[in-house]
Order: sequence, then C-alpha cells, then structure tokens
Amino acid sequence: MDQHRNKATILSILCMGLGQIYNRQFTKGLLFLAFEAVSVYYFINNLGFALWGITTLGETPRTSANLHEGYDHSIFILIQSLITLIYLIVFLIAYYLNVKDARKVGQLRESGKKANNFMESIRYVLDYKFSVTLLTIPSLGILFFTVMPIIFMIMIAFTNYSAPKHIPPAMLVDWVGFDTFKNLLALKSWSYTFYGVLTWTIIWAVLSTVTTYFGGMLVALLINQKGIKLKGLWRTILILPYAIPQLISLLVMRNMFNGQFGPINQYLRYFGLDAIPWLTEPMWARVTVILVNMWVGIPVSMLLIMGVLTTIPKDMYEAAEVDGATGYQKFKIVTLPMILFTTAPTLITQFAGNINNFNTIFLLTNGDPVNGKYQTAGSTDLLVTWLYKLTLQSNRYNMASAIGIIIFLIIASFSIYNYRRTKSFKEEDMIQ
Amino acid sequence: MSSRKVRNVVRLTSSYAILVILAIAAIYPALWILLGALRPGKSLYSKTLFPETLTLDHFSELFNSRQILFPQWYMNTLKVSICSMILGVLLTLLTSYALSRFRFRGRQNFMSILLVLGMFPGFMSMIAIFLLLKELSLLDTHLALIMVYAAGAPLGLTLIAKGFFDTIPRSLDEAARIDGAGNFKIFTSIILPLSRPILTYLALLQFTGPWVDFIFAKLILRSKPNWTVAVGMWDMVNNAQNTNFTVFAAGAVLIAVPITILFMFMQRLLVDGLTSGASKG
Repeated sequence: MDQHRNKATILSILCMGLGQIYNRQFTKGLLFLAFEAVSVYYFINNLGFALWGITTLGETPRTSANLHEGYDHSIFILIQSLITLIYLIVFLIAYYLNVKDARKVGQLRESGKKANNFMESIRYVLDYKFSVTLLTIPSLGILFFTVMPIIFMIMIAFTNYSAPKHIPPAMLVDWVGFDTFKNLLALKSWSYTFYGVLTWTIIWAVLSTVTTYFGGMLVALLINQKGIKLKGLWRTILILPYAIPQLISLLVMRNMFNGQFGPINQYLRYFGLDAIPWLTEPMWARVTVILVNMWVGIPVSMLLIMGVLTTIPKDMYEAAEVDGATGYQKFKIVTLPMILFTTAPTLITQFAGNINNFNTIFLLTNGDPVNGKYQTAGSTDLLVTWLYKLTLQSNRYNMASAIGIIIFLIIASFSIYNYRRTKSFKEEDMIQ
Repeated sequence: MSSRKVRNVVRLTSSYAILVILAIAAIYPALWILLGALRPGKSLYSKTLFPETLTLDHFSELFNSRQILFPQWYMNTLKVSICSMILGVLLTLLTSYALSRFRFRGRQNFMSILLVLGMFPGFMSMIAIFLLLKELSLLDTHLALIMVYAAGAPLGLTLIAKGFFDTIPRSLDEAARIDGAGNFKIFTSIILPLSRPILTYLALLQFTGPWVDFIFAKLILRSKPNWTVAVGMWDMVNNAQNTNFTVFAAGAVLIAVPITILFMFMQRLLVDGLTSGASKG
C-alpha cells in the first residue's frame, strides 16, 4: 500500500497544487499553482512594505524637497498594508485548505478509489458544498466593504490621525496607544462634551422610544375600539408619515418649524401667542426633535401593535368578562401583557436604533443650536452625529473612531442582552 | 338613556375627535409641501395654507434650471437604485438561502458575525471606504456607489430574509430532491416562486435606499452632474433654504410621491418584514 496520503500532504505543503497534481487532479492542481504564483509575486512586491508600513506608518513627511515623489502618506500606507495583510490571511486559509484537500484525496486513493476529475469536483462542490459556494461572493463584499473598514477605523482610534497637527501628507501619523480614549474620557475639554453628548443621547433614546411606543399603542387601541367605523381608512391615513421617505419629511419639518417664516409659528401668532424658537433655542430644539420623531415613529409602532392585537385570542377576553372584568381591567390583564410580551424585543431594537438615529437629528437640526462649551458639538447632537461632524467637518479622525467604538460597545451590550432574552422567551414558552 | 349609553357616546365622540386631530397632524406636512410646490413666488412664507393661484412653474424650473440638474440627478438615482437593487437582492438571497437551508460548520458563527457587524455605526466605515475607492480610482463614479449599497445589503437584510425562508417547509425541497432536482433547480423553481413577498420587501428597501441616502452619496459623488437626488435636495435646503423654497418643494414632491405610493401599497408586507425580523432575534 502506497503512502499517498503523506506524499500528497508533503508536496502540497511545499507548494500549492503539487499534491493535487501528484493525485492526478491536473486542472485543479494547475489552478492552485497559478494562484500561488500570482500571490507569491504579489507578496514579494508588497509584504515587506506592508509590515514596515503597519509598524512605522511612514517615515518621511512631504516637504518642499519631495513635493511630488518619495514622501510617505501615513493613511494610504496604513490602508495599503491592511489590504495586503487581509490578502495574506485569505492566502493562508487557501493554503491550509489546499493541504487538507491533498491529504483527503490521497487517503481516498489509498483506499483504492480513483480521484475525482475536475468536472466531478465541480459537481461535488455544487451538490454538497452548495452553501459555501453561495456565501463566497457576499462574504467577499462584506470583507472589503465592512470588515476591512471597521478594522481600519479601530486602528485609527489608536493613532493620532487628527487635525490640526497630524494630517498627512505634510505630517506623519503615529501609533499612540490608548491616548485618544484617555483624552476623550478624562481631558476636561473633551470629556465635558463627551459626557454632555452621551447624557443627551441616552435621554433622547429613552424618551423617543417610550413616546413612539406608547403613542403607537394608544393610536392602535383607539382605532381598534368597538364601534369605531372606517378602521381601514384611519389606519391608512395615520400610516402616511411612515410611507413618506424620511429624507423628505424631515427636511420639510425643518422648514415647517422655521422660527421666522415657518407655518407653525405663523399659526401661533395668528392665535395671539408668542413665536417659539423651535430649532434655535437648546431646550426647545430638544423638544422639537422628540415631537418630530413621534410623528415619524408612531406609525411603525401602531402597525406593529395592531398586528399583535389581531392575534390575541377572543376567549381570553370572554374569560375575563365572565369573571366580571371592566374595560380597564381587561386592558390591564389581557391586552397590555400580550402586547408587551410579543413586542418587547422590538422595543429594545428600537432603543438601540434610536441611539444611532442619525437622520432625525442631522436632517432636522444638524445637531444645532451650537453649544459654545462643546467641542464642535451642538445641543441636540447625538454621539453618531458628533462622530459625523468630527470626521467630515473638523477632521478629528481618531476621536471619531474612538466614539464609534464606544457606540458599538453600548449597542452591542443591549443587543446581546436582547438576544439572550428572546432566546429564553422561546425556550420558556411563558405565554400561550 | 342609561348612563352606560351616555358614556359610550362620550367615549366614541372623544375618540373620533382625537383621531381627526391625529389625521390632520399626519396629513398636514404632506399637504403643506404639495401646496408649497404649487404656490407662486419663491419664499417659504405664505399668508395662507391654500394659495390664491396655483402654478406649475417650479416644476418646469426644476427641469430647465442650470443650477439644479434635477432630471440628470433623477436618472442617476434611477440607475443606481435599479442596479443596487438587483445586485443587493441577489446577494441577500444567496446568503439568507444558504443560512436557512444548509447546515454547515461555522453557520452559527457566520450569523453572529453578521449581527455584530450590523451594530457598528454604518458611517464609521466612511473614511476607509473613501480611501479604498480612491485606491481603486472609483471615486465620483456610480459604480462605486452601487458596490457600496449592494455589498451592504446582506448585512442588514439577511437575517430578515432567512426568517422568511425558514417558514417555507423543507419537505418541499426534499420532495423535489427525490424527483432528481439539483440545488439550483430547487432554488429557482421551488423557493423563488414561494418567496415573492420577501423578494418584494427586499427589492423595495434596496430600491428606495439610494433615493434617501445622502451620507455615502455625498461622500463618493463629488461633482454636481453625478449627484443623486438625495444629495441635491439636501444641498438645496442647506444652502438656499429660504430663497428657493418652492423649487425644493417641487423636487420633494417628485421624489416622495412614487416612493410613498409604493409603500402604501405594500403596508401589509412591511409589517410582516418588521415582525419577522423582530421575533427571530
């Protein structure tokens, strides 16, 4: 008995594809070989540069002497290095799979079977590894447009990439460890803004979730009452704010609440009341965003809760009536618990979504009115909108990345809590 | 009349009163912007809600102005949204179908990774994507925008679509498999025809995305002729809020009307999508 297994393994360790060729799978072997050749050529040219780049982030800034060539742009170097390293990981995984495949086919030959030819291999993959085939392309998309950018931004949080002192190409960027986080949390000028914005973000998330949820519940119950006619019509009218694209409705709202010319203040004046600085006074601006968010968000909750109401079994109400429950008691004992149980997970998703509610704030107030005590943030800025401003308006990239990481930690902890709760719901079957 | 009956009448009248107020609040902004688009003059301010005369001038200005390249933006957006819809729905279908129907190693991990990645604020990746596209010299092209939208689709929508596929009984696949159908055949002739609701839902979300997203569009599309409508509208409000309000209103109407009608028709579907995403965790 030949030791096909070991020979094939050793050959494929030496060079991708050799093991397959030894196993007489020529097309597959040649494909592997070509992949290795291309990759090795790429690594010879790039890997050294990548390793140097990711440790030093460049050594020569641009000066008048090397204005067009020969200078290092730290951020380009970082992203190029990152792409090379990600490719290296993909390559190593492919290499590992190649060795495993050669060994498996070798084993097959030892037991006296013939190795698959190329067409048979393809058939095999399509029949038994179909899922992997399906996932390959979307995964590559996610790798390059989501994973890579996130890794990049996490790295940026540990550098000093920030205006005004460290903007390439005229200046270099360096690794600084946890300094960015320390500054954000402890340095007075930053921490004041950070805690201020964080507090408002949480207040906002709680208030906007509670108002839209219970608002939606009230409207749903109102329409669902016995004796209300044209239920479908009311539903359709009240769903309208949800159907209008947010970009448009929020920009329209911004105009409606305009302090000088907007129709809302016009009506107030008409009734002899004072005009209200809806968007220009910090306290009022906060009230306005919550109000407008109710307008945008109540329809969704209403739809959800109306859906739940139709699933509550009639006999539960009948049983309550037999026991002599009043309308209010029926609501408290049957309706409310049923709604809460079924929609609790959505409630937490909505809360997490509101922490990240960029559109409402940015389109409505742009985070303004400006708060003089804050670093580039306004009174209605949430962490996300502040992140956006730090990135695009004041180029404090490292701070923005650090805030992004903190937002992620907040959202992730809520979502994991939610996930585990839903799971326990399913397993316990507490209701129904 | 018994006191019970009186109470009932009071309850119903007050309910109707509240519903009417809510309905006015829901309709008013839409009505206001529609009338704003038809009102003569340029300013935000108007004496009455219903103007004395109506005009279509602002729509024609929208199509003939040299500053506002609205027709071009509209076509750009249409192109981007159709392409990203086709690609994005396809990618989402692939991932969600694989996750729902096949049991393979790392399946749970793949789903958790999707969940975790979805928790990062989307535009935290802004700068990196910007630099990546610069490396590929794809900045200021629609291809780049299509790629970003399509690649992002599986991230948010996979778990929802997977929840839907889970409800299609597996016995159907197995029956087809016994009859000799391969994986592709099963997918195209059994699964796809049964997943019309979720397909429409995904397509609708992917299609409307480019019409309302201005964050990435603004970042990637640098020159005015390449903009999408969302960037154009935002620019109009931000730079010339009060001087050109009525033209903005006309543009807003042209964008909002088709999307609103689509959404109204598919209300039921949207609820299903919302809840299926929610209960599957």
